[in-house]
Amino acid sequence: MTDTPQRLAGIRGGVPPRRHNARTIAALTGNPGCTRRAVLDSAGVDKPRLAERIGFPARFGQSRFAITRGNAFEAQVKADGGVELLRLVAERLGVPVPAGASWTDLGGADDLPDRQERSRAALTGGGDGPALFDHPLLALEVAGRRVHLEPDLVAARLGGRFHVVEIKSFPVIDGQADPAKVVAAAIQSAVYVLALRELLAAEGHDPDLVSHEVVLVCPRDFANQPVASLLDVRKQLLVLRRQLDRMDRIDDLLADVPAGFTADLTADPATLTAALSTVPARYAPECLAACELAYFCRHEARDHTTALGRPVREALGGIAEVGEVLALADGLRAPDPEQAEAAALLRAAARLRADALAGNPA
Amino acid sequence: MSTLRALAKARAVAAGVAQPVATVRHLHLSDRPLVLVPLAMAGEANAPLAALVGAAPEEGRLLVVPQPRNRDQRFAFAAELAAIVLPHLDSFRGVSEAVPVDRGRDVRYRYVDAPQLLVPNPAGVTFLRLFGRSTRFRRPDGEYPVHPSVPLLGRWLTFFAERAEHPGSAALVAMTEALTLHWATGQSAVEDLHLPALLGWIDPPAGSTGAEAAARAEDPSICPPAGPATDPDFDNRRLAAAMAAYAGTEDDPVARAGAYAELARLLRDQLAPTWELMWRGVGLLRALPPGARVAGRWDGDRDAFTGYAEHLDAGGGPQPRRDGAVAAAVRLHRLERALASYAVQRAYDDPLVMAEHRLTGEAFVGDVTLADPKRVDDSGKRPVLRPRIQVVTTEPVAVPVGATLYSPARPAQKAKVVFLTPGADGKTEVVLELSGGMGRGLTAPPGTVPEVGERLCLTTLSDAYLPAGNFPAAEETPWTHGGPPATASEAPAAPDGDPAGGGAGDPAEEWS
Repeated sequence: MTDTPQRLAGIRGGVPPRRHNARTIAALTGNPGCTRRAVLDSAGVDKPRLAERIGFPARFGQSRFAITRGNAFEAQVKADGGVELLRLVAERLGVPVPAGASWTDLGGADDLPDRQERSRAALTGGGDGPALFDHPLLALEVAGRRVHLEPDLVAARLGGRFHVVEIKSFPVIDGQADPAKVVAAAIQSAVYVLALRELLAAEGHDPDLVSHEVVLVCPRDFANQPVASLLDVRKQLLVLRRQLDRMDRIDDLLADVPAGFTADLTADPATLTAALSTVPARYAPECLAACELAYFCRHEARDHTTALGRPVREALGGIAEVGEVLALADGLRAPDPEQAEAAALLRAAARLRADALAGNPA
Repeated sequence: MSTLRALAKARAVAAGVAQPVATVRHLHLSDRPLVLVPLAMAGEANAPLAALVGAAPEEGRLLVVPQPRNRDQRFAFAAELAAIVLPHLDSFRGVSEAVPVDRGRDVRYRYVDAPQLLVPNPAGVTFLRLFGRSTRFRRPDGEYPVHPSVPLLGRWLTFFAERAEHPGSAALVAMTEALTLHWATGQSAVEDLHLPALLGWIDPPAGSTGAEAAARAEDPSICPPAGPATDPDFDNRRLAAAMAAYAGTEDDPVARAGAYAELARLLRDQLAPTWELMWRGVGLLRALPPGARVAGRWDGDRDAFTGYAEHLDAGGGPQPRRDGAVAAAVRLHRLERALASYAVQRAYDDPLVMAEHRLTGEAFVGDVTLADPKRVDDSGKRPVLRPRIQVVTTEPVAVPVGATLYSPARPAQKAKVVFLTPGADGKTEVVLELSGGMGRGLTAPPGTVPEVGERLCLTTLSDAYLPAGNFPAAEETPWTHGGPPATASEAPAAPDGDPAGGGAGDPAEEWS
């Protein structure tokens, strides 16, 4: 038995691990019970390419129109050294708008150690006056590996506390935004809050200096005027913490993974498919929006009631396979003792359905 | 998800084709529905990119916005759309009928028919709602004037979007929802939102299964998405280039016409498959016989259409951005009543829907074994006709003695449970005392009391009229709900426009 990093490198097959970002880390919280995903993500496997290699390419394209608009809005909000941004954030937090704030751009040069050091120094270094920090380079421990995060984020320090500021280009119309997009923004922001807290804690500061309230800046109505809203991400922080802890215990998960398991992209597709099927997945239709491997897992789960969605599975008494559901409903199979209740319900449903379809009166 | 519906989904997986979950059509279908397939520009706040609109398969009109970020072009699109939608709405304002009100002491009028809008999916409804929001406050005068039809279109689209929230309304219908109301596929609810995949399950092409057809429909290069969101690959590879080509021909009318034609061709190719699917969906729904209470619900849509048309005729203003506290409570109450009544009506109309309630014990079917149609209860001040019947059922009866049951066959009649006797053979004898629906005398007219041998469905679900709740007037809004709203004259100038609703909106609210 080799040690865990070596084992994970073996699964990956010689290539460097894929870099995480807030989006991929946020996605980890989507289906925490899925071992296949936890193992592949811990190993840093390039899942989009893996999915393509086994013939189930993911569809996570982004329109260049959306990217252009997002960049333009961000640039607009950050213009003039963040004067407008400072006003928006201060007003939303209900603190007096400071006469001015320092603006530190921590982006730029790709020299990671250097940038990280600059971010650390700027964020934890002296002073607690009003300040905005653009593009800080943060880091988070994911499955025993230090993962760098390069958020399009501004950390605002006002009244001595940090607030993560997320700039998104989806509109807030009459005070309402697309709920799915708000949820995604909240969980991404939570990743940054966590990383920022860890940075402060590592330097001996109080992590609670970073607020659990995130400022979301979006265009208002149909115009480009920015509007700030507050998001409470405490729940997301809990979910995230739990999933990261789980990935820290990757050893436990790996104990159940066969020794020869590989996701090496140079391997033969048939080998890869066979290997993947040895690590259990927990497919649900929600995976389609979050995981690059979802189409493969869906194909694998096509005869399972989970593929129809959790409510369907529950309504079918939790019976796992479609064939078994029908056999029980049609009385072709005697139920196991723990299935007795579900089987009775299914038989009644089948009888009533047949009765109604035969044209008997309501 | 009811177990009955879930079982239909499991059967669909095994059969490779969608399974019916309704025996009748539960929504009204117009002879000339106005089908609207919108596309929006990615990344923008509900900016229209194109639409295919028409009231018959061969009448599809293509509208294109060559530069969706250009505000003038967006409003030009709104005016073009208004030129199709508004005459269509007006065509239903020819003939009215008198409807008695106030127990026949008065009459009011409503149009004998009303328009129906069909869009591919719930996102299409949202698109129309937001497009209505972005146009209904515009003004034909002032700083950013628009064509006078634009705010009118906005008000109507808002009206339809609000009707779409009303359970049982058929004024604005998302095709995916209309179809899943009648068929269960072998895929999840998320996947059912994709119209091509949904129709792939319901009506797969010859020689392929529903699953295969749905898988093919998921490839955007074969089957474009049903909008309003476009396929990112299409945006990046084709649309961006065509838009750039159009933008680059500003000084050359000939080249501009060519670039426009190319853009229109690209967008038509994206929209046409969905257009076909919409009419296929209409055909599938039309093949189902309408439920008995569908026409009654459509009356409600006709009332609403008539009422809103009159509101506009009287110079009524646009719908507020947000309801006030009282208006919101009234709306919620109305929606709750509609939801309850819609669920009951579908069960009454359709034995397959009633079967879901039989499974949960809210209804059972049995045979009438004894009947005393002449029984008179004379214990009170004056004698009343109270026939009793005994029904024997093999189904579990989950209602207590004293409960009031109803039968879809005689919806005006109440049946009170008097005795419940479970038999040793799994059968239950239920003795019921009937009241109502038998005329005013002491003798029940023939057919009003179930006879021995009749198979009867009895349920706790009641289709009886639900009285409306009492709400205070807006100016008497209780302090728990913010107190009375400030009147226009004393309202402070809110920083973010007009959050309390009402008024004109911000004319400078620019779109791009």
